[in-house]
Amino acid sequence: MAAQEKAQKITLAKGLNMGLRKAMEADPKVLIMGEDVGKLGGVFRITDGLQKDFGEDRVIDSPLAESGIVGTAVGMAMRGYRPVVEIQFDGFVYPAYDQIVCQVAKIRYRSKGRVPMPIVIRIPFGGGIGAVEHHSESPEAQFAHTPGLKVVACSNPVDGYWMIQQAIACDDPVIFLEPKRQYHADKAELDDTVTPEPLFTSRVVRQGGDVTVLAYGPTVKTALKAAEAASGEGRSLEVIDLRTLSPLDMAPVLDSVRRTGRAIVVHEAHVNLGMGAELAARITEECFYSLEAPVLRVGGFDTPYPASRIEEDFLPDLDRVLDAVDRSLEF
Amino acid sequence: MNPFGPDLAEVFGPSQSDGGPELVQLLTPEGERVHHLPPGLEQFDLDFSAEQLRGFYRDMVLVRRLDTEATALQRHGELGIWAQLLGQEAAQVGAGRALRPQDFVFPTYREHGVAWCRGLDPLKLLGLFRGVDHGNWDPADYNFGLYTIVIGAQCLHATGYAMGMQRDGVVGTGDPDRDAAVVAHFGDGASSQGDVNEAFIFAASYNAPVVFFCQNNQWAISEPIERQSRIPLYQRALGFGFPGVRVDGNDVLATYAVTQAALQRARDGQGPTFVEAYTYRMGAHTTTDDPTRYRLSGDVESWKLKDPIARVEAYVKRNGLADADFFADVAAEADELGATLREGCKALPDPQPMSMFDNVYAEMTDELGAQRDGFAAYLDSFEGAR
Repeated sequence: MAAQEKAQKITLAKGLNMGLRKAMEADPKVLIMGEDVGKLGGVFRITDGLQKDFGEDRVIDSPLAESGIVGTAVGMAMRGYRPVVEIQFDGFVYPAYDQIVCQVAKIRYRSKGRVPMPIVIRIPFGGGIGAVEHHSESPEAQFAHTPGLKVVACSNPVDGYWMIQQAIACDDPVIFLEPKRQYHADKAELDDTVTPEPLFTSRVVRQGGDVTVLAYGPTVKTALKAAEAASGEGRSLEVIDLRTLSPLDMAPVLDSVRRTGRAIVVHEAHVNLGMGAELAARITEECFYSLEAPVLRVGGFDTPYPASRIEEDFLPDLDRVLDAVDRSLEF
Repeated sequence: MNPFGPDLAEVFGPSQSDGGPELVQLLTPEGERVHHLPPGLEQFDLDFSAEQLRGFYRDMVLVRRLDTEATALQRHGELGIWAQLLGQEAAQVGAGRALRPQDFVFPTYREHGVAWCRGLDPLKLLGLFRGVDHGNWDPADYNFGLYTIVIGAQCLHATGYAMGMQRDGVVGTGDPDRDAAVVAHFGDGASSQGDVNEAFIFAASYNAPVVFFCQNNQWAISEPIERQSRIPLYQRALGFGFPGVRVDGNDVLATYAVTQAALQRARDGQGPTFVEAYTYRMGAHTTTDDPTRYRLSGDVESWKLKDPIARVEAYVKRNGLADADFFADVAAEADELGATLREGCKALPDPQPMSMFDNVYAEMTDELGAQRDGFAAYLDSFEGAR
């Protein structure tokens, strides 16, 4: 039995589902709230089977009102619960924006630490699924800009399994971003006997010496593909999966950039005032004399998310990353 | 004939500036004891004891004094701003005294009278308006949440908290020391907020033990109630699927009785109730506001005749329920409270600048810690620093 568990091949959706189940088993105060999370198991099936096993009091189908979901989660947290809220799609988080920014983020501070807000707000984010408007966005910078929130993004099934459990165990509110395009895409082997890395850490996922590529969520896969392609041309890219966006874990980033002298940030979000801007500023402040080229950004253009037939032109892809690598190396 | 249903005026009747015929009232503005309760609530037409009446009177006098002192402190530059409750003492004391210890309150920023009933030191309220903190009390110590500035946001918190109570098994057990409920305070302006309406929907959907206590003081800063609602606010509750009742918010007895009934209903597991306490904001919205720009002094004068304290005083005196010493003692106590607040407010220390970095997160993050340390070093770099 133990050996079977040791070597499971799982998707990101399965990893998140298993992680949620583990967290609910470990702590009876953990609740799931959201639209269609019960019988349906969520539109992406991330909460599949949980209501059946944990009951309607712990897996709560909510009315269709995002502010209501997050606002009642605040009250539940005040009563000692640890709500895990599902926002159905990234573009639907805005009705809850006030509750997240003015309440969830600030109540610990307002109360001088007396009222913690251990809430996880799961948001499927990013594009590439051929959806209609509001279903493909990347709002992470809006939350990373808000003190009091923590923001993380998983990129693969194994991280999904561990990171969701760690986020639920965290005593601060966590915006938990899930790359929806990856939910059912790739499988990875889960060994749940290992000790996971801490939640708020970044990780080098491919070593290299020429250019540092910083990615998170859906663009980690893109960056890794680019690194593979670049290696065929004799260029060695180091890829870092940031995993945590607020707080940032700058140590591995700075260490890498000091070695390579070049950095490229890749995200689906609009580049203007996106995570890339903050990373470029921090790298410049800390590694000015190591830089051989300006920090470059590859991201979504500063347009609203376009119609899906041209979304692949909007999203950063392998070629746009390689183009940035060329520009960095030519500088 | 309206093909979509009856005319609104037929259903609700004309707008009534006096609260209309549905207004629950137990004590008239003249201090006459009446029994205007809707059918089914007769058991809450309590036989109020002399001690209870004296208690209400004392609470309201002291709360008014707290409000007057705070307003004066703002004028003297000791508070940045103050949100006055003048005229709403009965609504707040009635609602506050109807609570049991295990009940929980979610206030706006004007619930000084409810805070008083919960035993909160009024100095803690002044701290927020002075700007030394955002609310320096532990909600768990008083079962009284922190003041919430964003209009209506706390109604969702109240509903979620009530849903937590349901899961904790403290609703509908029949044990009066165990069963609990929540009161969500808000005003007529907030009734237009999405969060308030979503709170109604969630509370109705889950049958949550929450009393939505709306002080309709007729004004949202400069906007009259007519800008928020075409129908009496309490009537809205029916559309959400739970009862609504309008009570004379200047009548502490009626407010107490109705809130107690609504709380008991919630504790018993029968779900939410909307209580509209029909009252009037006698003062400005806050000390920065100038109501002479938007309302008639005649309206204010007519509401002065409905003063919540005067009617209790008249009733108590007429029925010989308190002697002259009692009134003198309360007046002396109010003077003492005023002096304590004046001195205490001025003595509230400013927070240390470095404390702004505390409690953003459960544990200081490396990046925020670096910012804090950098700021400390910067401060230390000045000649003669520290």
